Amino acid sequence: MQTQAALAVEARNRPFRSRETDWYSVLGTGITGLATLLIVAILLVILANIIWNGAPYVSWRFITTGTATDMFDVRKAGIFPMIFGTTARVILMTILVIPAGVLTAIYLTEYARIHSPSTRIIRGAVNNLAGVPSIVFGLFGAGFFVQFIGQMMDSALGNTDNVWKQPALIWAAATLAVMTLPVVIVATEESLRAIPQGLREASLALGATKLETIVKIVLPQAVPGILTGGILAVSRAAGEVAPILFTGAAYYMADLPKSLHNQFMDLGYHTFILSTQSPNIEETRPLLYATVLVLLGLTFLLNIVAVFVRANMRKKMRMLQ
Amino acid sequence: MGLKRGHRARPLEWLAEKTIFVVSLIAILMVFLIFIFIGKEALPVLLGRMNTSLNQKAIPVEQMDTLSPEALCEYLGLSKQQLASMDKETLKTLMELKLEARGEHSNNPDAAVNSTRWRYLLGPYQWSAYSKPEFIWQPVSEVPKYNLVPLIIGSLKVTLIALLFSVPLALGAAVYVSQLARPTVREWIKPVIELLAGIPSVVLGFFALIVLASFLQQTFGYDSRLNALCAGLALGVAVVPVVFSIAEDALTSVPRSYVQAALALGASQWKAAWQVVLPAALPGVFAAIALGFGRAIGETMIVLMASGNASIVSASLLDSTRTITATIAAELGEVVTGGAHYRILFLIGVLLFAVTFITNLSADIVMHRLKGRMEGKR
Repeated sequence: MQTQAALAVEARNRPFRSRETDWYSVLGTGITGLATLLIVAILLVILANIIWNGAPYVSWRFITTGTATDMFDVRKAGIFPMIFGTTARVILMTILVIPAGVLTAIYLTEYARIHSPSTRIIRGAVNNLAGVPSIVFGLFGAGFFVQFIGQMMDSALGNTDNVWKQPALIWAAATLAVMTLPVVIVATEESLRAIPQGLREASLALGATKLETIVKIVLPQAVPGILTGGILAVSRAAGEVAPILFTGAAYYMADLPKSLHNQFMDLGYHTFILSTQSPNIEETRPLLYATVLVLLGLTFLLNIVAVFVRANMRKKMRMLQ
Repeated sequence: MGLKRGHRARPLEWLAEKTIFVVSLIAILMVFLIFIFIGKEALPVLLGRMNTSLNQKAIPVEQMDTLSPEALCEYLGLSKQQLASMDKETLKTLMELKLEARGEHSNNPDAAVNSTRWRYLLGPYQWSAYSKPEFIWQPVSEVPKYNLVPLIIGSLKVTLIALLFSVPLALGAAVYVSQLARPTVREWIKPVIELLAGIPSVVLGFFALIVLASFLQQTFGYDSRLNALCAGLALGVAVVPVVFSIAEDALTSVPRSYVQAALALGASQWKAAWQVVLPAALPGVFAAIALGFGRAIGETMIVLMASGNASIVSASLLDSTRTITATIAAELGEVVTGGAHYRILFLIGVLLFAVTFITNLSADIVMHRLKGRMEGKR
């Protein structure tokens, strides 16, 4: 009797899993956790290094003046023309990419049948476009936009010398638009798919046409998604250098670009120039760090905004469903 | 009255749908255009129509009038428009210059070589000043040498280091974040890795050039400050987010019931993750590695800034290295449009595009299958 009771007590107290430590599992969890930690540490080291070395040299004058006398001297050089050039090319790119990206996403979610061959091919093309190396976009921009489209525009407008058939702001923006098309499509599609089917059905049941439903019901709901896509595209494009090397970025320009067919100075390209072409790298270092900090600040700001907009959107969508 | 359908009933609707459809084809169009416009520039080399040999037939100036315009174009290396814009005197001067150039090269033993042919592009060749057959990339010299082997080896070397560094790290983190970590940790880590993905590659290149290169050299004490190791590690940082996000996606898409079944049988969290979830998501993990490879081999600015850019054929990871991407970026700005060097650069662009195209396509197909299987089993 007593032994039975003791056994019952023991069985109740015995843990579900064995009490012996499973070193194999501890090791596995530890190693993968360390890997995660290491990635975070790498990010922190890079950020800390750039902020620590760059912050003392970022001043109002540095951001708002040009490189009038010496582009490698931190006391005199400014980066306003580069900020202007990067902003201009990114804005132009947004104007080109958003309509194309949003319409493609609308076709894929609202019109196309899910498993039809056309959807498969379009999606395959989008995925492939996302994986094309940025330098290949640079080659493409030089061969297609500058040489081909530029040539066509020059002969159509009757220019005798090359006005459009040369690296320019508009060609850099167009090249970047092709590069960021997948980003906008994927983000918009995600937000369109998150909209409950019931909303569309209700609208159609009330007699609205498909187009009216899309324009008045679906699109307003998708605005945060489109915004996210746009911001991510901008932050991706703002830091890219390889695609604009041969399509528009200039080593040095005395004036700001006045027209779409002018070249421009660029923040990322300028970083490259400062780090590889400087006659005295020790003297240029502060300027270099300050420039990198501004570039990084710009792209991170956009990224963080995108993260928040998207988190907000997901929360709202969850409430709707 | 019956319900009318089609473009007669609602022309605006019909028009809008067709417009949207046509716009959605842009992505396909662009992939095609990229292929056509890069391939077009490389075509003369692919077909063996280029000739860089300096010992071509010299044509006396007096015979200029007997040549057809096409032959003259080819002989002087001009386009049709250029030919049309020149008067006879200029053409005569060009002919004379060509003759003089031919005379100068007649004592160079390499002058007869047309270095754009495949055996010179890919095979070793004993140039006159060298003691044994070698692979040489030297596009700017009297006899340009366009051997692609040093560049291909360089790209593969840097990519290998990047993958060796980033894949274990990213996969480990993906397993941890998707299977083992608490939800709060997960919500923090994902934006952090998105931030890492948001660092422009020129900034990573700068960091490798200014900080990492000096640090590595001081630690290991090797000769060449910029080398494959330094570029590969910086490249690895750029590849981590790619591998992580796709692997994490694949691991998360494994149905929760798999884990629950494993836990019910007495497995620990780790065993469930390692022995059940990871094998189930294996195709997705391969896709992640493939896309990481595509990202690494196509990255430009990091390798351009941190690899040293010397085209050496060697197995050592501590030698300065020149990759395909860095070669295009560094040289395309200074070549003559339409020349042999220009076409060779587009040729390696085609090579790069083809490699990443195949990688992406296979990753895409694998992911699609995996998704179908997981959704079917749910």
